[in-house]
Amino acid sequence: MRTIARRLAFYVVTAIVAVSLDFLIPRLIPGNPVDAILSHMQGITLSRATINGLELQFGVGTKASLWSQYTHYWSTILHGNLGTSISNGFVPVTTVIRGALPWTLGLVGVSTVISFVLGTGIGVLVAWRRGSWLDNLLPVVTFFQAAPYFFIAFLAVDLFAIKLGWFPAEGAHQNLDFAAFNWTYLSDVLDHAVLPALTIVVASAAGWIVGMRNVMLTTMDEDYVLIAAAKGLHKPRVVWYAARNAVLPSVSGFALAIGFIVSGALLTEIVFSYPGLGLLLVNAVGDNDYALLQGIFLIITFAVLAANLIADFVYVFLDPRTRQEA
Amino acid sequence: MAVSIGTEQPVGGTDPGLPGVVLTPRRVRALRLPRSGKIQAGLGLLAFFVLVAIIGPLIAPYSPDQTFANAPVPLPPSGAHLLGTTQLQQDVLSQFLVGGRSMMLVAFISGALATVLSVLIGVTAGYLGGLVDDLLSMFTNIFLVLPALPLLIIMFGFLGRSSSNDVFIIGLIISVTGWAFGARVLRAQTLSLRNRDYVDSARIVGEKWWRIIGTEILPNLTPIVATSFLFTVLYGVGTYTALAFLGLVNPNWSWGGMLFYAQNSNAEISGYWWWFVPPGLAVALLGTALVLLNFGIDEFINPRLRAAGLTGRPRRRSRPWSGRRPEFALTAVIREGSEQ
Amino acid sequence: MRPDADGHGAIQDALADLSVPAGLGEPLLEIRGLCVDYGQGDDAVHAVTGADLFLHRGEVLGLAGESGSGKSTLAMAATRLLRPPGVITGGDVLFYPGNGSAVDLLAAGFSGLRVLRWSQVSLVLQSAMNALNPVLSIRTQLTDTLAAHLPGSSRQTRRERAVELLRMVGISGDRLTSHPHELSGGMRQRVMIAMALALEPQLVIMDEPTTALDVVTQREILEELKDLRDRLGFAILFITHDLSLLIEIADSVAVMYAGRLVERAPAGALFHAPRHPYTLGLLHSFPPLHGPRVPMTGIPGSPPDLRKLPSGCVFHPRCRFAYDRCATEAPPLVFTGAGTSRLAACWKQQDDGPVPVELAAPEPAEPAGQMTEPAGPLTEAAEPSGQLTEPAGAASRVGDPPEPAQQGSTA
Repeated sequence: MRTIARRLAFYVVTAIVAVSLDFLIPRLIPGNPVDAILSHMQGITLSRATINGLELQFGVGTKASLWSQYTHYWSTILHGNLGTSISNGFVPVTTVIRGALPWTLGLVGVSTVISFVLGTGIGVLVAWRRGSWLDNLLPVVTFFQAAPYFFIAFLAVDLFAIKLGWFPAEGAHQNLDFAAFNWTYLSDVLDHAVLPALTIVVASAAGWIVGMRNVMLTTMDEDYVLIAAAKGLHKPRVVWYAARNAVLPSVSGFALAIGFIVSGALLTEIVFSYPGLGLLLVNAVGDNDYALLQGIFLIITFAVLAANLIADFVYVFLDPRTRQEA
Repeated sequence: MAVSIGTEQPVGGTDPGLPGVVLTPRRVRALRLPRSGKIQAGLGLLAFFVLVAIIGPLIAPYSPDQTFANAPVPLPPSGAHLLGTTQLQQDVLSQFLVGGRSMMLVAFISGALATVLSVLIGVTAGYLGGLVDDLLSMFTNIFLVLPALPLLIIMFGFLGRSSSNDVFIIGLIISVTGWAFGARVLRAQTLSLRNRDYVDSARIVGEKWWRIIGTEILPNLTPIVATSFLFTVLYGVGTYTALAFLGLVNPNWSWGGMLFYAQNSNAEISGYWWWFVPPGLAVALLGTALVLLNFGIDEFINPRLRAAGLTGRPRRRSRPWSGRRPEFALTAVIREGSEQ
Repeated sequence: MRPDADGHGAIQDALADLSVPAGLGEPLLEIRGLCVDYGQGDDAVHAVTGADLFLHRGEVLGLAGESGSGKSTLAMAATRLLRPPGVITGGDVLFYPGNGSAVDLLAAGFSGLRVLRWSQVSLVLQSAMNALNPVLSIRTQLTDTLAAHLPGSSRQTRRERAVELLRMVGISGDRLTSHPHELSGGMRQRVMIAMALALEPQLVIMDEPTTALDVVTQREILEELKDLRDRLGFAILFITHDLSLLIEIADSVAVMYAGRLVERAPAGALFHAPRHPYTLGLLHSFPPLHGPRVPMTGIPGSPPDLRKLPSGCVFHPRCRFAYDRCATEAPPLVFTGAGTSRLAACWKQQDDGPVPVELAAPEPAEPAGQMTEPAGPLTEAAEPSGQLTEPAGAASRVGDPPEPAQQGSTA
């Protein structure tokens, strides 16, 4: 468990760095963010209090020292206050994010799991049946790995939603005002989730397919796989023994992958007008809603760190060599 | 490429334990890349895009901002507009040809800068070890874990769209988020090289550290630096496209920018495929070219992958069992004179 | 199976169903004329050429040779476990499970082989660290093969069998939950041996099983092996480059060179009275630990390129007894005389001329079979090695006057 403790400490440090970056960036980049906000809000006059709040948030024109601003920033964060969203009716940022977060979490979470399982599974197959037609999958897979998420999303919408009409092209559900746990609602949600999820899976599975294939090829040369076959074990079992080892680098590489997948998922959400963080993000950019941008950055970072921690747990579970036993 | 963070070994083709031919600078020059189908395809595609970047703006039929006939919707491809028009009745082909240049510039600038950073940080950490290594590793890991796009979004968000027109600034900021992966791989490799006998003997003899790094270590890192460079260029391509798509950098003119406009006009919902397919496909193909090149180099480094049969046509005489691949744990029995 | 309280009995019954015990000394494995190449076409490496090897029930056959001599390749190919680009290009391999039938291993398919594997023939490799799956517990690795071959067995029965197997090699049962990286090198090797005996096979192929261990552990494991074999009666194909180990444990020894079998004899006879020039050279490549100092001879030259084997006898370029026939015709592996089981592939033994005195030492007085006293303390040997004290007979030193035979010092 020492490994986990070390990783946890590292994530805490990273979270601190993220908050600090959130604090520093508006102050380091040339220009006055408050002015930018004000100039964007033509026709709307803000109260003096609001403007003061903004200046405090971004460190504009304030006489407090950098350090005291920093500590003040930390105290607001720790109180759960991420600022006010000016483009969403001046409600707290946390409220806005809370509305969108479940959609993103659900979509990304489910898609990532499917992608990992499918990707590593196909990778094992391609490696095991080397020299077969499956090898021709690899260039196709390469293409999808390189294509931007939103381009695949475009194709998905154009093909499956518009031309074939199988799935809806946007949104997460019909405009029902309530979310009821009945079948109509759930099936509607699923219906709307298929294309975005498909996009994410297609774009991200490629990395795991190729990675798993490469590691499997090396693993299959190991003595213990030969012994497994020599033991007269059935073939699926032999494959399992090899895959069980080969999957480890993919799990530890999950940390890098999840960052990219989340980024890609945000872009996908935009194309599908899915009411998650992605849509919030692009609107915030357009409206210069800096507080919302900062808030989204923090939440996404924390979510990615949490996912990493889960991956670390899974790795320790899968690889007995990492367990420090007395 | 598979990446391992839990272990120290770079996975997926860079095996520091390879029975190494010591790549002295003289021998590096004599190295030629094998004629692999992958490398050739990758290079070919890449060359095509470089060409587009260079001569694109010169051969574009119209100016990209120029608007034409007053129609309410984008027009499909026709004689006058080979790739159709946009919502504002601008020529898609011209936008496409002009847009390639900024893409290539940003991608290569960010790739080059990120590679320089990763070499500096990774090799230093690996070579010096100790506290410096611990600090640099922590620094690298933090940047590795922090999700890149959200970080870039707030950086560019505060920077403002107008001031981020300069390809160099864009490339620089992108490179700040893209160096960490390469640094980690290079550090691992440097660590293993540093403990090799010939480096030890150079140290004992009293060679200056910069000479050791320059003549013993860096040449052996060449394949990894090449892979890392390609990877960061690929990252630059994707990231720049995404940033333009989000409207964080000036969309005029880049492929990501075209997609930004297309998205704003709901091109995909309305079926205006000629507007988003060319730029999207171009980005995908450019990315594919880089990935292919990377595969090719990976296979060059790790012969096991090559033997698994992905490298195009067989160079040697064909194997007698080319119809049936050998089964696992069942040694093939091919007697003289029999057909299998 | 009888639902016994005694798990041992249940497994034993099941194992008894798997193989019918037959008489000791009867044929178990016959390899005839086996040819194995790596790769194909002009670049093919001829790893094994025309190998004949016969193994009998309960026999410990040592297979000795330098690296590259093809000994591992031979064993792996015979059991169809050789990896690509290895290809079998000729010969026959017959296995006799003991119920009167013969199984053609080269014609069998995967499922046919699967039934035989481990229940009849098992494998022990050089490095247990590599041969044991790092992410699985010892218990899983001991019981998975039981489950595969005895589908009717219960988890509890299998677990008890696993404990029994560990105890057989001197490891306590609470190690079942450990993983390979938690055990010492010697323990891991013992686990591998226990694993190999899980189904009480007829034949255990051991490929350099002790090479990676220190000398003391090596010794312990060899003793345990001998003990296990006496108890359970399985045959062993013991592959090694270290001839000194074979003195300890082998009944017969076969020597390979450049992919060919060149000699086979009972162990004592081979060490004291070699019949093939290569064996002779091997035995004299290292000085003995005891006795007077003598000049080393060694073998001039180096092993041939396996893609371009010499014509005729593969050893002839390095053999000081070679004459013109050796360069043109390859000598067959034949008995060296009437009434003897010894085989040698050498024209000097087979043609009408006189046999050189070095190759015609009298057979030793001890009965053919495993020597009960080790000839001397084992030392770490590089290859090729043959650590002996004084071999009896005039053939021991070239050019020296005959010396009285002196036995090893341990008693």
